[in-house]
Amino acid sequence: MKTNDVILQTTTKIVFFIIFLFSIHIFFAGHYTPGGGFVGGLLTTGAIVLLLLAFDLKTVQKALPFNFTIVTGIGLLLALGTAAGSIFFNVPFFTHAFDDFTLPLFGTTSLHTAMIFDAGVYLVVVGAAITMIQSIGGDA
Amino acid sequence: MEFVLLIFLPILAALVVPLLFKRVKSIHTGWFVLLVPLSLFIFYIGFIATTMDGGYAVSELQWVPSLGISFVSYIDGLSLLFTLLITGIGALVVLYSIFYLDKDKEKLGNFYVYLLLFMTAMLGVVQSDNVITLYLFWELTSISSFLLIGYWHTRDRSRFGALKSMMITVFGGLMMLGGFVLLGIMGNSFSIRELIANGSTFVGHEFFVLALVLVLLGAFTKSAQFPFYVWLPDAMEAPTPVSAYLHSATMVKAGLYLVARFTPIFAVSEVWVWLVTGIGLLTLFWGSFFAVKQTDLKAILAFSTVSQLGLIMSLLGASAVAYHTNDAIFKFAAFAAIFHLINHATFKGSLFMIAGIVDHETGTRDIRKLGGLMSIMPISFTVAFIGSMSMAGLPPFNGFLSKEMFLESMLALRHFELFNFGTWGIIFPVVAWIASVFTFVYSFYFVFKTFIGKRKSEPLPNAPHEAPIGMLLSPVILATLVVGIFFIPNLIGKWLVKPAVLAVQPGLYNHPSEVDVHVAAWHGFDSPALWMTIAIVGVGAILYVTMKRWQKLYDIQPQYLSLNALYDSAMLFGESGMNRLSRFYMTGLIRTYLLYMFAFIAAITTAALFIKEAFIVDMASFSAVSVYGVLTAIILVIAVAMILLAKTRLSAIIALGAVGYSVALFFVIFKAPDLALTQLVIETISVALFLLAFQRLPKLNNHGETKPNKLMNLIISAGVGITVMLVAISAHSQKLIPSISQYYKDTVATEAGGGNIVNVILVDYRGFDTLFEIAVLSIAGIGVLAMIKLRLARKEDTDENK
Repeated sequence: MKTNDVILQTTTKIVFFIIFLFSIHIFFAGHYTPGGGFVGGLLTTGAIVLLLLAFDLKTVQKALPFNFTIVTGIGLLLALGTAAGSIFFNVPFFTHAFDDFTLPLFGTTSLHTAMIFDAGVYLVVVGAAITMIQSIGGDA
Repeated sequence: MEFVLLIFLPILAALVVPLLFKRVKSIHTGWFVLLVPLSLFIFYIGFIATTMDGGYAVSELQWVPSLGISFVSYIDGLSLLFTLLITGIGALVVLYSIFYLDKDKEKLGNFYVYLLLFMTAMLGVVQSDNVITLYLFWELTSISSFLLIGYWHTRDRSRFGALKSMMITVFGGLMMLGGFVLLGIMGNSFSIRELIANGSTFVGHEFFVLALVLVLLGAFTKSAQFPFYVWLPDAMEAPTPVSAYLHSATMVKAGLYLVARFTPIFAVSEVWVWLVTGIGLLTLFWGSFFAVKQTDLKAILAFSTVSQLGLIMSLLGASAVAYHTNDAIFKFAAFAAIFHLINHATFKGSLFMIAGIVDHETGTRDIRKLGGLMSIMPISFTVAFIGSMSMAGLPPFNGFLSKEMFLESMLALRHFELFNFGTWGIIFPVVAWIASVFTFVYSFYFVFKTFIGKRKSEPLPNAPHEAPIGMLLSPVILATLVVGIFFIPNLIGKWLVKPAVLAVQPGLYNHPSEVDVHVAAWHGFDSPALWMTIAIVGVGAILYVTMKRWQKLYDIQPQYLSLNALYDSAMLFGESGMNRLSRFYMTGLIRTYLLYMFAFIAAITTAALFIKEAFIVDMASFSAVSVYGVLTAIILVIAVAMILLAKTRLSAIIALGAVGYSVALFFVIFKAPDLALTQLVIETISVALFLLAFQRLPKLNNHGETKPNKLMNLIISAGVGITVMLVAISAHSQKLIPSISQYYKDTVATEAGGGNIVNVILVDYRGFDTLFEIAVLSIAGIGVLAMIKLRLARKEDTDENK
């Protein structure tokens, strides 16, 4: 069955980026205000699901040519690596480090290793959820 | 630099290897891998200067300091010796594998990853000072050897052998962990050094003997001692470089390492002395006796390894006697054990490689088909001859030296007065002598039946020819060592053996120079060991010549009575029994499983609430109910009712979505924006997922539910609902300890540098939770992928078959 949802497809193209940017915002804001890697990842997943609903599986795979199982793997490695990295500074497993840095454009920003861990969470959530949806959807 | 990091060097290299294998096609991946053990070997040689006088070097990395767990690289004589064996033989094995494994046909990427993983595990085992990390690496050796043994995973025998070795060694490992924990309780520390220092206080502790037996179980399973040796012959399904590495130089020696390392703690116990020496001798005899029965070259070597490990084990047991009597001969036993360990690694390594070469160049390892290869493969023959003669304990090869020491130590045990040795002690030298005769026989059997005699009339699978020079390089180097050590044993003794002895028997020597063993090939005519050796050669030669006549002896024992068959049938019975048991309650219906779970939750929780008298209602602490709350609750109830009454699946899904969104509203009302946000997005995505799966679901109708069935459901669901409510109310009403939220509020900015407590808890305070959660999530994702993709693949498969 071929559908022709011009309105849905056109809106989706714009809304996708809005949701995606919002998820990035929520991810970075997470340490101080509601949000974080988990919600951010879920939001991105939601955006991709919207794409899947508006277009079909093949088109989305072409537009986002990632192997989402590998995205999951990278996320896990990132999270585990952050936790294990502390060992190399001879502090207990999972010790996070943070400090304030003055960066161009951003001004004074506090940077965390927790952020890298959270990025791992983000990637795992996106990767695992999309893997599930793609494989269930692709089965039809 | 912290040199403890070097333990992880192979694992880090393992990350790069698959890439190299994929990208660099023209060069055998082994050449890159070779750099790792080689550079480690060169680096660790530098430690000889430190350990030579009984010194040690320590490098530590914190892991979980609150539990006393850390990565420690503790290099003393013993761990250095093992480290050098692991990296040195490792380098030779990799060199050999470059020529043994074809770079176009084999999955070298996988092979070298497993090998490097194993190398890290072994380095970790021998260098860890912390028993918990030692256990960690110990199990890693089991897992990586499982992967290595099952490397040709399409063969049934490989998978069977791999599983068998893992079942047995992991069983032992778990027992050992129990022993370690008991030691930790007794000594209040997980550090081996501290445990040794406090060792004298353990005697008489109620856990002492139990801990001893548990640790020994770990060592015996790993070192293939009787009756656990059954896995080692099956492990020969591995590619030959792996057999040469795992079963001559490294993994099986981990058990010996463990016994040597813990000797200072346990040696005071007579149980230790009897068990280690007795089981060691029994294994020595058993292995050597059954080696002659085998017809596969690698199986002969496997049984000979079993027996040689028993020999070293019994020497370690004898060395423990030194803690009871100040007789120099028992101190000497430790020297003999370590010395034979080195010698065994050299000659057995070369023999395994030769077995591989014979297999590679002729296409068979069946000794009944081989023979007369000497003129075709002269270099291989020379190496095999040197190795076998060393194994048989003949001069001028290094095995002779340690064999003499072994016989002397066993002879000495007969004079030992403690623990009834006076009565039973004579057994030790007698068993040792008989076993040595059989050792002599199988050594001759291995080399002469393969290389000497007439060519058999039936042609071999491949036309035999001498192996390429690269493949011969490693065994030749090892054979050179075999001869070299014979002529300059005292150099090895001074650099490697003495420091190791100091580590096995600390506290027995006031000064390192007291380990005064001078190895000599000639002790004069009055040496009893010499006469024993001459008798071994005499009787052994007669037995070898008349082998055909008495080999029928082996047929007396029926196949089904062997230990191996016992293991197999136990496995088989376990499997089918468990299958029957699980089929009884696993109906395959999700409904049944949910029924079990919910009934269990309701029953256990309510029971616990009432037994502990935990149910309390404190109305005073209830907060006021807002209008929004009431409204949302009403929506929630209506939505739930709609699910139950829904006639179509679509309306049920929509109602379920409504439930989710109203729960999200609750989160908003009670000021939990994080949860609300997550709940909203989750709800959206799960509805989308439902819709995706929608078209594949069967029609919504009653599932043949009967009246009693429905009644059961009603009871269980009401039970769960009431239980959860009871728990919630009583949890709210009684607070034994102040809430932890205040701590989070106080420290979130200072400790974690964040503002949002929820997120900081996720990534920092309880990062472990999150780490495992995302691991579970990934597994779930891969699980869904595998289930659906595999089913699709199978469908295509059957389509093709039509």
